Amino acid sequence: MSNIAIIAAVTLREAARRKILWTALIAGALLLAVFAIALRLQVVEFQSRPMSPFVRYQVESGMLMIGLYTCDLLAVVLAILTSIDTLAGEISSGTIQAIATKPISRSQLLIGKYIGFVGMIIIYVAVTFSATIAVAYSVTGVLPENPLHGLFLIIFECVVALSLTFMFGTWFSTLTNGVVVLGLQAVAFMGGWLEQVSGFSQSGHIVTLGIASSLIMPGESLWRRAAYEMQTPLAGSLSFSPFANVSIPSSTAIVYAAAYLCIVLGVAIWHFNERDL
Amino acid sequence: MSPSADNAIETHSLRKVFGSHVAVRNLSLSVPRGEIFGFLGPNGAGKSTSIKMLLGLVHPTSGESFVLGAASGDVDIRRRIGFLPEDFRFYDWLTATELVQLHGRLCGMTKEKLRRRVPEVIDLVGLTQHQDRRVKGFSKGMLQRIGLAQALVHEPDIIFLDEPTSGLDPMGRLMVRDILRAERERGATVFLNSHLLSEIEVTCDRVAFIKNGEVVMTRDLHDMPMEEVGVVVDARNVSQQAIAGLTQWAEAIDLEQEKLRFRVRSTDVLPDIMRFLVASGADIFEVTPEHISLEQIFVTIMGEDTSL
Repeated sequence: MSNIAIIAAVTLREAARRKILWTALIAGALLLAVFAIALRLQVVEFQSRPMSPFVRYQVESGMLMIGLYTCDLLAVVLAILTSIDTLAGEISSGTIQAIATKPISRSQLLIGKYIGFVGMIIIYVAVTFSATIAVAYSVTGVLPENPLHGLFLIIFECVVALSLTFMFGTWFSTLTNGVVVLGLQAVAFMGGWLEQVSGFSQSGHIVTLGIASSLIMPGESLWRRAAYEMQTPLAGSLSFSPFANVSIPSSTAIVYAAAYLCIVLGVAIWHFNERDL
Repeated sequence: MSPSADNAIETHSLRKVFGSHVAVRNLSLSVPRGEIFGFLGPNGAGKSTSIKMLLGLVHPTSGESFVLGAASGDVDIRRRIGFLPEDFRFYDWLTATELVQLHGRLCGMTKEKLRRRVPEVIDLVGLTQHQDRRVKGFSKGMLQRIGLAQALVHEPDIIFLDEPTSGLDPMGRLMVRDILRAERERGATVFLNSHLLSEIEVTCDRVAFIKNGEVVMTRDLHDMPMEEVGVVVDARNVSQQAIAGLTQWAEAIDLEQEKLRFRVRSTDVLPDIMRFLVASGADIFEVTPEHISLEQIFVTIMGEDTSL
């Protein structure tokens, strides 16, 4: 077993022991229960009056997107909160000294930790995402379009946030790291809305601001692309919400997010190598 | 500059500056292989920063350092290095056995080797009955012990210990002393950073005194008692001329009432001194050579106020 794999495995175990992970899982389960009840009530209500199967399908499909959006939000927050102190905390407490003096390069150490957290994110998102779809299907019989595309993009969004906590973790304390990354997430959220608004207002300034926000933190655009991939084609044009799309991120936005992730991770590795421990 | 094969550690003009603070000014040091080497200095003298530079944790501002012939920071050479950081801490959800196993695996130990060595080293540090306990409930002393176990598990050729006995009770300190001697017998070099001068004195072969980020003196502790001896003479009628004449053999001469104190490089000169004093008219009642403790040397070198 290579040293990267050893670090990844111990990081995954470390992450799995975090109370925040279990809290997020419990929160996810509670939200799923609320989601299931809401869906059931909706179905009962639909059965009580005549409704076209097409409209019914669109509404139920929209509700599924609400569930998946909640699942996405929880996953991003979890990715940030579980990882904010993996470098910052271990550097400040000195825990990292015993590991960083073993025959493992700092790059391998960082990558090992990163892989561990990516593993945790994949498991968490896969579980909550599948559970949300399973609940929706069992109650309404509705399935999302392209669920694997959606799953991949949600994981991708979480991994972008994770990369930022790793990068800032090589500079800042745990608390500052959390504030900065959550702040960037808020910028991304705002950027997503501005781009949505721009779809209606045609204001050049709003478009520019929305694009700038998405460039600073491209996470939200990944969700909007995921929503676009998963919803029915009609739903997107009927709704105006974070889980539908007026302005759909292009493939270039996805490529930009991938490049952004690589650069952020590269900077994290570079600075972790450069800094004193 | 390439390092000498006889040295386990070699540094040349190592310097580290944090912002405007010079932590290590100019550290030049050679530690021969197979010795227990003590690194002494007051708080803030730059001891921990120096260790971190040797281990590649801190990048020097200038200068160079070598451990086991490789430049500090070389990843492969770390298989042969053990390190116990000051205030050792680690994932506290691991059991003592899991913690030592993890560090052994990172050092490339095989499963078979780990199966044999992990219980052995845990026993060595006296934690066998706690081997399956989570580290979370460990006291500071127990953490120091398990930290020592992870530093020794892969049988390194050089071991860096930063204040290894600070959390230990007297029995624990004795244990560390025995372990370090056993490691030296095995052929390992030990680099010991400690405030406990009495510990250093009985454990180390050689010490370096560091002050303001510079080595101000290196001493071979086996030779030290012969090298410098304090002498107390009970005498009457010691003239000022006699005191002036003593300077040819002695230093730090002080006469208080009937006690004449001075320091000499070797007890070999004492008969000459006594003959000189008697010839000068002094009456000698008693001559007592005194061992100069490391603490006295430390205070002399560092000055009285070492609490930075």
